Amino acid sequence: MAITYDLISSQTLASAASSITFSSIAASWTDLRLVLTGGITVAGSPTLRFNSDATTNYSITTLYGNGTSALSTSQTSTNKIALGDAGNSNVYLWTVDIFSYAGSTYKTTLGTSASDDNGSGQVSNIVGLWRSTSAITSLTINGSGNLKSGTTATLYGIKAA
Amino acid sequence: MAYTLISSQTLASSAASVTFSSIPSTYKDLVLRVSARSDSAGTFTYHKITFNGSASGYSQTYIYGNGSTAGTGLTSANTEIDGYYIPRAGATASTFSSDEYYIPSYLVAQNKPLSANIIRENNTTAADIYAYAGLYSNTSTISSIAFVPNAGNYVTGSSFYLYGIN
Repeated sequence: MAITYDLISSQTLASAASSITFSSIAASWTDLRLVLTGGITVAGSPTLRFNSDATTNYSITTLYGNGTSALSTSQTSTNKIALGDAGNSNVYLWTVDIFSYAGSTYKTTLGTSASDDNGSGQVSNIVGLWRSTSAITSLTINGSGNLKSGTTATLYGIKAA
Repeated sequence: MAYTLISSQTLASSAASVTFSSIPSTYKDLVLRVSARSDSAGTFTYHKITFNGSASGYSQTYIYGNGSTAGTGLTSANTEIDGYYIPRAGATASTFSSDEYYIPSYLVAQNKPLSANIIRENNTTAADIYAYAGLYSNTSTISSIAFVPNAGNYVTGSSFYLYGIN
């Protein structure tokens, strides 16, 4: 498998924090991939924002199952992208692919979340849209509550073919 | 995310199991890509996936669609991760599953989450796609991963690729 992913940056929290930010993201790749693994202090969903935009320029559509219900939901004109619900007692995994982040069209994302708690849990696939023509130069992950100590966020750049 | 091939096994003859052992401690995350089929009677079975030879501490939540129904389920306190589904002898000839497993932070002393997507498409109504949230409730480093079909053996041509990611 050809090496087409470049590690841009990785951050591991030495103590709980409300957010993790990657800034000064160069326009050197075609797409971005974010891998987040760790915990949150309040059950819910971590969220993602681009370029510190906290206006209602985001929307998402979610497909998820929790062992009891398989559902699809959507949110329009929200102020962030939800990455997928999780509990607050374990270690979970979220991934987000961010397509054509440096271009001048609106930005689409494809996320997955995997949060199992041995008897309960949720798995989600989430498509997102940021209605901005600006290149993404920074992204911020906010915890539900805080992101726990030991949480690791890694950002990769995907090379053009 | 430099994918580095750690090891691969493409079966030249049927096998009751496939194991990756002595996984090096030099990566951040692991990815497995699997294409598998069982020789047992019937149309589908599943992988039983274990880490470090352990038979406890596994749980999973999943969602699936099979062309007519979308559903969800979970298991807890299980003896393995159950990877649904892989074709077997009664399924459309020459069809194999397509699986991808992502295991982050396999060296970190914490419980191990994982995600997986498993697809079984065979040009019949008995096809499906599963997405998983899995958990191995064990803080040990993952140094081996084993796949066993719940019924029969993996057939010749089944392939298992293990990548390390930095």
